[in-house]
Amino acid sequence: MKSSQLLPSENLVFLLRELYDKYGYSRYKMNKFEEYDLYAKNKDFLISDSVITFTDTNGKLLALKPDVTLSIVKNTKDSGETVQKLYYNENVYRVSKGTHSFKEITQVGLEAIGDIDSYTIFEVVSLAVKSLVCTGENCILEISHLGILSDVINYAGIPKAEMRKVFRFIGEKNIHELLSFCNALGIEKEKADLLADTVKIYGTADEILPWIREKLTGIADENNINIFETVIKALSGGENGDIIRIDFSAVDDIRYYNGFVFKGFSEGVPQSVLSGGQYDALMKNMKRKSGAIGFAVYLDCFENATKVSDYDVDALLIYSENSDISLLKRTVDEIIAKGESVLMQREIPDGIKYKRLLKDLGGEVICVANNA
Amino acid sequence: MQTMLNVALPKGRLGEKVYSMFEKAGYPCPSIKENNRKLIFENEEAGVRYFWVKPSDVAIYVERGAADIGVAGKDILLEYEPDIYELLDLKIGKCRMAVAAKKDFRDDMGRTLKVATKFSNIAGNYYRSKGRDIDIIHLNGSIEIAPILELSDVIVDIVETGTTLKENDLTVFDTVVPISARLISNKASYKFKSAEIDRLTQKISEQTEEQL
Repeated sequence: MKSSQLLPSENLVFLLRELYDKYGYSRYKMNKFEEYDLYAKNKDFLISDSVITFTDTNGKLLALKPDVTLSIVKNTKDSGETVQKLYYNENVYRVSKGTHSFKEITQVGLEAIGDIDSYTIFEVVSLAVKSLVCTGENCILEISHLGILSDVINYAGIPKAEMRKVFRFIGEKNIHELLSFCNALGIEKEKADLLADTVKIYGTADEILPWIREKLTGIADENNINIFETVIKALSGGENGDIIRIDFSAVDDIRYYNGFVFKGFSEGVPQSVLSGGQYDALMKNMKRKSGAIGFAVYLDCFENATKVSDYDVDALLIYSENSDISLLKRTVDEIIAKGESVLMQREIPDGIKYKRLLKDLGGEVICVANNA
Repeated sequence: MQTMLNVALPKGRLGEKVYSMFEKAGYPCPSIKENNRKLIFENEEAGVRYFWVKPSDVAIYVERGAADIGVAGKDILLEYEPDIYELLDLKIGKCRMAVAAKKDFRDDMGRTLKVATKFSNIAGNYYRSKGRDIDIIHLNGSIEIAPILELSDVIVDIVETGTTLKENDLTVFDTVVPISARLISNKASYKFKSAEIDRLTQKISEQTEEQL
């Protein structure tokens, strides 16, 4: 099959699988169903908390997978100093926010589970960059570090009970409400301003890294700043490094995520098409000693980004019962050989849009209409 | 090529006020002032395209990327919780979301409170934060008559001057949240048009500060 005949999302699956294979990631194939208990225990980790459930023949409550990461973590063991590198191409079932109904979503992603070092972080984020570049010409990967952000939040003195609210303001880049909330909590203006500035910043490594070094040294953990700086510099100096942006408003649930978190955007798609990060906290919740980092590419985002073709078919050929089959075959072969599509019918189907209408007029096929 | 900013404006008086702020910020589009039924206006030179949309739909246009930025009331943002950036409080269109009831209303904590509202999510969150058991009656308009006809004990609705409440013999018992118009942006658009959106936000922010 020619790649031009594939839908962009189908083409992407091939490109991404080839990419992850090259870097030694193994394909992880899993069952469509998972015990519901896994999701009930980790409900907040899921993008939407509605899950399709059913009772198996043995009475066990099963679910159609709403997420892949939880299943992978559940089925992997701590592996000492090595890192298990896996990728998947699976369908998941979630409630779509717009329609409030369940939707089947094709998701491709990868996970690195084990003793996660700076190189592994760099490799995973750079694969996120390469994955994004496969999705379109103009794209951006925004990167944040929850460890650094949490240190700034703690420095400001935000009480633990208010974290959820503060993270909502951060995710919305809602500086005015963040500042008035800090003011209501009696937080010093200078500390609140530093938190607001950290959330507000958005730019390339050259623009933002010096600011982080200058403003956050002594406030955020030095080791986190060093790793962040090293990885971002390595990414920005590499191929497609110009798509890297630093943005601390890229947040995820701190009960599961820590360290690097990132989101990818492809021009023409109104939401993030890639999302990932380090989820050591989830590993800990699931009684694993290892760390983990991974990301997923949401292929459903590209469905509506495709330009709809103007025609259903290039040529519509109308024949009759008395038509000469060898003449029809020859005509069809000639059209297909030109790289065009042809639909054979005895009558014009309702609502069809064709470029050319051909008719067999008893021994000769002629073009009777051309809409091109 | 100049980047084109797509802006969703709320139809009505608030939208006209917002447009003047955008015009003053360097994004004029004189054709918008022509008296006609057109809904889309463009000034290629200024790099801006405005759409007039129903105020409650602005957030949808922005979240779905049909508009890069827009102006929506905080009530709509709290009710629908769209995944967008809230960049600025424009400090116009000020009002409040309030709990109102008949003047002689007494909250009997021993029974479920019947709440009539257009804003089920806001009302639900408000009473959940207070640990109060409620029964939400979702209505689409004329909320004020619900307590009069004993359909509900209280209403949760937007209060501007309080005249409608007064005329229906209702009174405000509590403020849920203050409301005003907010400048919002689509998250993906912000990534690709951050320079323009930041410049515009800054210029509009200067105007809101002048108003204070």
